[in-house]
Amino acid sequence: MREKRELMAKSRLIDEGSLKERLITIFTMWEVLLSVIFVLLIIFFSTRTKYFLNWFNLMNATFQFSEKAIMALPMIFIIMCGDIDISIASIIALCAYAVGNAAAGGASIPTLIIIALAVGTLAGLFNGFMVTFLQMPAIAVTLATQSIYRGIAIGMLGDQARTTFPKNFGFFGQEFIKGTTIPFEFVLYLVLMVIFGFILHKTTYGRRLYAIGNNAEVARFSGINVKRIRIINFTITGFISGLAAILLTSRVLSVRSNIATGWDMEIITLVVLGGVSITGGKGTVWGVFLGSLLVGYLKFGMGLMKVSGTLMTIVIGSLLIVAVLLPRLLDLYKANRKLRRQHEVR
Amino acid sequence: MPGNTIKKILARREAALVILLVILLIPITIRSPQFISARNISTILNDMAILAIVAIGEFFVILSNGIDLSVGSVIAFTGMACGLINEANQAIGAVPLLFVGMGIGLMMGLLNGVLVAYGKIPPIITTLGTVNIYRGLTFLLSGNQWVTAHELAPSYIAFPRVTFLGVSLLLWIAFLVIVIFYYFSRFTRTGREIYAIGGNPTAAKFVGVNESRIRVVVFVISGTLSGLAGALWTARYASAVNEMATGFEMQAVAACVLGGVNFAGGAGAITGVVLGTLFLGVVTNALPVVYLSVFWQTFVQGLIILVALTLNTLSDRRKHAKLLAQRRAS
Repeated sequence: MREKRELMAKSRLIDEGSLKERLITIFTMWEVLLSVIFVLLIIFFSTRTKYFLNWFNLMNATFQFSEKAIMALPMIFIIMCGDIDISIASIIALCAYAVGNAAAGGASIPTLIIIALAVGTLAGLFNGFMVTFLQMPAIAVTLATQSIYRGIAIGMLGDQARTTFPKNFGFFGQEFIKGTTIPFEFVLYLVLMVIFGFILHKTTYGRRLYAIGNNAEVARFSGINVKRIRIINFTITGFISGLAAILLTSRVLSVRSNIATGWDMEIITLVVLGGVSITGGKGTVWGVFLGSLLVGYLKFGMGLMKVSGTLMTIVIGSLLIVAVLLPRLLDLYKANRKLRRQHEVR
Repeated sequence: MPGNTIKKILARREAALVILLVILLIPITIRSPQFISARNISTILNDMAILAIVAIGEFFVILSNGIDLSVGSVIAFTGMACGLINEANQAIGAVPLLFVGMGIGLMMGLLNGVLVAYGKIPPIITTLGTVNIYRGLTFLLSGNQWVTAHELAPSYIAFPRVTFLGVSLLLWIAFLVIVIFYYFSRFTRTGREIYAIGGNPTAAKFVGVNESRIRVVVFVISGTLSGLAGALWTARYASAVNEMATGFEMQAVAACVLGGVNFAGGAGAITGVVLGTLFLGVVTNALPVVYLSVFWQTFVQGLIILVALTLNTLSDRRKHAKLLAQRRAS
């Protein structure tokens, strides 16, 4: 026993001793890796096109990814607990339909906001309830509700569109903060990011999420109401979907039944790329922030270089797979190094 | 004793589905008698043949406690590939094209399987990625163009409609797939090992089941069958469109869930999947009869999956409760 402890002390000594060891530890951290890739990306695109590194363009580009980045925040909570929600794009479509319909009927802006948030929250609550009640994998349940929520939008809208909105409704998704060149959407995202970061990293609720993700059974036995927390996660996600629906409809000012199609995949990609373990229990809001910016500006840069949408889909799909594969390889590498080091000490 | 046997048969998912199907058919038939005409039934069966083939592939993946969301994109890619090959070389018959489709599908399934088994990426993430990659590749392959009916060889288009003993070749192929995989799932070692891995991976590994191999096998089956479906799809619908079969994975999963396949893996049967497919086909075809526009199809499908999931869970719970009571009694 004592021998082992000495061994560990020695290996730690080596670990902190050499600069090389320390650098390797830092650079195998996911968030650091992401930052490095992000910087490389900016350098790459700046040398390729003069339109990339331009404050106004960079800010304008946030319009394209703010809503998805916002959606990624509650998704962290869900994935952190080992769940998944592939119905969020459909919830957005349902909320957008409700908003578009109410707006066509002459509803005021506050009413529209309340409608979107209420519909989203209810849809999320239903997801959470079904997942915990049925004791089924969340993927199965949200696969069903994905069809149900979007199905309502398709059934009600058919091939029609809703395009009449109150006069100033475009503010949320199109305007800048007064006197600046920073979009309202992006500021809202930053505020929400701070809030979600605070909840995840500084509150008991956040710590409980990690506990559930690492071992739901143990978490339950230590007195955490796992069911309730999972329902809350899905409900928050529904609420934020309603919010995203407002931003999206405000930005495009048109609601069709295929609105936000394919967002599920992209949003999950942001979360996973941000370093949240898909099996739960690991990840930071900071990492997801970096992941969101990375994907957002990667798409913006590719767009500037006239890369087709098709190719972008392939890149994003590959990114999702690589983002899951890479941490595993990194972990393997770290474990191997540790083993080797222990051998050296011996 | 016979009463008990009847009870046992009735407790099976297949029996429940047949009864539900009959209950569903009665009002529909009263409303429009031609619904059960030979012609309409043949239409429904032909419509469902491709879904049955894909659903059987999906069945094995779900059985192993995975999910394959990429089947729709595999269908699109293989269907497009077959369409382009046929357009370029009209002399190639339908049968070689089916094998081309299966070959391409096999490779796509293999990639999914290797990523899941050896990359240790959860199936949902792997296929969520490849669903987009394969769809994107379809657009790249076709250069955003369609292959239209007059660019395809007439023999290829006619192939699924050719009848043999009064039944279309499409149905024969589906029937063949059903029989082969029924045998595979019940009477072969690999088939039983899939059940074992889905039911309890740890226990299965302890008795010597090679988990990685099984995970690759299920995705290869799913990919190959989707490839076959893609080749048939292009022929049946007489065109290859980039967006074809979008969301088809949802229907395949729905057929499995309806057929009583346990989403947590390890339980389910091909017969259930086939009946689930049939049920879905009847419901979809009945929508216009009850004056519901086709726009409601997505909603109805989602609702059916949710109801089936709920029923699965409730019946599982009853079974567990019964087992517990039995154990207590003895």
